[in-house]
Amino acid sequence: MKHILAFLLIFFTTSIGFAQLIEVCETCPISKIKQAIAQASNNDTIVVAKGNYKEYDIIVDKPLTILGKDYPVIDGELKGEIITIKSDNVTIDGLFLINVGMSYTEDFAAIRVKKSKNFVIQNVVLEKLFFGIYLEKSSYGKVFHNKIIGDAVQEYSSGNGIQLWHSNHIGIEQNHVQNVRDGIYLEFSDDCTIKNNFSAENLRYGLHFMFSNDDIYQDNTFENNGAGVAVMFSKNIKMYNNIFKENWGTASYGLLLKEINDAEIIGNTFEENTIGINTEGSNRVVYKNNDFIGNGWAIKVRGACYANQFIENNFLYNSFDIAYNSKVNDNVFNNNYWSNYTGYDLDKDGIGDVPYRPVKLFSYIVNRTPETIILLRSLFIDIIDFSEKVSPVFTPDNLLDNNPLTRRNTW
Amino acid sequence: MVSIKGLHKKFGKNQVLNGIDLSIGDGGIFAVLGPNGSGKTTLIKAILGMVVPNKGEIKVHGEDIRKNTDYRYKIDYLPQIANFPNNLKVKELIRMIKDLRGKAAHDERLIEVFKLQPFLNQKLGNLSGGTRQKVNILLTFMFDSPLIILDEPTTGLDPISLIRLKDLIQAEKAKGKTILITSHIMSFVEEVSDEIVFLLEGEIYFKGPIQELKTKTNQPDFEHAIASILTDNHA
Amino acid sequence: MLKILKYSFYDLMRSRWSYVYFAFYLLLGILLLFLNNDLSKAVITLMNVIIVLVPLIGAIFGVMYYYNSKEFTELLLAQPLKRSSIFLGQYLGVALSLSVSLIIGLGIPFVFYGLFKSNAIWDFSLLLITGTFLTLIFTALAFNIALSNENKIKGFGYAILLWLFLAIIYDGLFLMTLIMFEDYPLDKLSLVGTMLNPIDLSRTLILLKLDISALLGYTGAIFKQFFGTNFGLIVSFTTLIVWVILPVLRIVFKSKKKDF
Repeated sequence: MKHILAFLLIFFTTSIGFAQLIEVCETCPISKIKQAIAQASNNDTIVVAKGNYKEYDIIVDKPLTILGKDYPVIDGELKGEIITIKSDNVTIDGLFLINVGMSYTEDFAAIRVKKSKNFVIQNVVLEKLFFGIYLEKSSYGKVFHNKIIGDAVQEYSSGNGIQLWHSNHIGIEQNHVQNVRDGIYLEFSDDCTIKNNFSAENLRYGLHFMFSNDDIYQDNTFENNGAGVAVMFSKNIKMYNNIFKENWGTASYGLLLKEINDAEIIGNTFEENTIGINTEGSNRVVYKNNDFIGNGWAIKVRGACYANQFIENNFLYNSFDIAYNSKVNDNVFNNNYWSNYTGYDLDKDGIGDVPYRPVKLFSYIVNRTPETIILLRSLFIDIIDFSEKVSPVFTPDNLLDNNPLTRRNTW
Repeated sequence: MVSIKGLHKKFGKNQVLNGIDLSIGDGGIFAVLGPNGSGKTTLIKAILGMVVPNKGEIKVHGEDIRKNTDYRYKIDYLPQIANFPNNLKVKELIRMIKDLRGKAAHDERLIEVFKLQPFLNQKLGNLSGGTRQKVNILLTFMFDSPLIILDEPTTGLDPISLIRLKDLIQAEKAKGKTILITSHIMSFVEEVSDEIVFLLEGEIYFKGPIQELKTKTNQPDFEHAIASILTDNHA
Repeated sequence: MLKILKYSFYDLMRSRWSYVYFAFYLLLGILLLFLNNDLSKAVITLMNVIIVLVPLIGAIFGVMYYYNSKEFTELLLAQPLKRSSIFLGQYLGVALSLSVSLIIGLGIPFVFYGLFKSNAIWDFSLLLITGTFLTLIFTALAFNIALSNENKIKGFGYAILLWLFLAIIYDGLFLMTLIMFEDYPLDKLSLVGTMLNPIDLSRTLILLKLDISALLGYTGAIFKQFFGTNFGLIVSFTTLIVWVILPVLRIVFKSKKKDF
């Protein structure tokens, strides 16, 4: 069976690129991956058999496929980086990488891709890592179906699961990242697609954008991270159908937006986060068809946010729907469903006859004196909220949803 | 039966009982008399433990009443104002009191005596004052306790019931019980009581048989004797 | 005491007011559920109602029952019964009949709505437990007021004032204090302030269930320990029990000294 498979592999690879198959195993003539790479010529496939290989600083400097069978373990023994790719067209598949070196001066990664194109990293399992998969000035690559399980405790002594730096046109799909600093981190990386990933229990962010434009992330789940997703200083980011869950804590958000322009946030679910979305200095962002369920604050707007649109969302049982820290409002709220809405709909057209005022006086007070949160849902607070509703003094008086729905939005 | 020593009771600034010493022997009918506010009801309530004295000691059957509430098993008490929970039916009230005291009772006979059968299924709130007083009397006399305390027992009773009440009292006396009565109706007191205790401003002014009171005050009849005490003391 | 409890309970169960109270909760439950069709929202609304209304009804009903059953009490006092059993029996009679009305009145519509299949059952149970605690506490406070005031009108006045104070004014003062001293660390103060008011305490218990996400947004370490672990739940329940025991002890104490 083994022979037939090997034969087939040889057959296919040779028939396409006249490539050879090199086998690595603990008892084979070639017992080190480094050795195999040195012997391989372009487009060869290196098959690594099940076993334990103590190697680090493996440099892949020619187009190769490194294929692990039954997840061979490559143990870096905490000495440094394990695999560094410095060539185009490299595929890494099915390896189990463990014990990446830790350093305060160098970002050692389990797999680093350096100035390369058309790479594929898939079915890789990383444990005991510093940085996981580090893409540096690379493009047109794919990071698919990897499992990254860190054991990060302190932010300063841990690295990110998947990091992109000056890398464009990368597809990151179906990865599972947990217990690292940032699950997925993009810096100066444009036109990337991040899809169907699961990012949880990370110290800082599940997903983090910095100075990255025109990226899209969708259908991901972010659970119980320091904060779900942070999008900072970036343009044209599309955020579709993601789930942001249980990001609890003082500076904990489902989604943090900072200096973001022209983004689209559509179809996402924000559930039981301390703050669903925290937005600051973000303009022309469209929030549509999102569910905000049981968050402390569904949306916190902190200063300098202009021309944003909040339409057709569902705000369900949040302690606070919207918090503003200024009296100025330039954003539009329309056709949302607010479970806290107490108005009526006499003409039965599904739209409440009284506008809804999503910012409560109490959220202003809590903003000032956080300890007052303990008075949440007190009758006294209801009374002062009511009086503020009747004649706004502390909260923006044009901040209204003029067409609050009486039934949940469905889409 | 009852012995009281140095009993003082104050309500606010108002000294109601001012050093009462009283001992009541076994058997016989004693009437506690006195003008309004002289402390009759307070004295009775003190014996029952409903009023807590400021000073002094009360013993019933030789037992200090502060120590235990069980002595009340030996007392039947008829309160002055017959008010009962309005939601209860007469039957239920009787059953409840029997349940609470847990003693054999002859309620059937008393229902007969006071002709209460038609009212048994009515709620207490719907009864007239007189009927209620009858229920009150029934509740008091249905147990066989050696000491009976009656606070204004004649209130609201029709003449026939009054006669029955007197018979009842005499019958109980005949059994050798001690009966303590307060009343404003002098003729009633004179008729039933063996001895009177006259309270005045929180003190015992007189204790003894009616005859002795008459001689003391040089009045031919009881009512005048009482009146003369009052005028003498207020003059 | 159990006998007194039994009779008070039966007496109350037969009174019009118990039915009114029961009907009110039944109606409230039905309205919330079947007009709204949203269990979570109904539970939240219910919480607001329970926190405010249960203490009010407990206080007023307690005072009312005490004054109305004065004659009954006097009748009982002449019987060979301990005073503490008479008053505790009556107190428990009132508190339990109110609690039963609350639990059954709200329970029926929720059960019919399919509560047992829903995950709101814990929120709902917590709500009923808190409601029962509030009934026990405020009925006890009402009995205290009534025992100390012979004057019926005064007693009612104090009961309503007590409610007004604990339900609204206290929180106002509390808020003002917190804002005035906002430059100091306040988490201990705010937790102590909560413990001192049974209404706030019950509210906090419910917040722990409904608003945990928001509560965890605050930095203070004590806050975090309180709300982030079971510590808060345990402390709150213990304090609620203390809030029941203290007024009940005072009922016993006061009733021993009182003249009738």
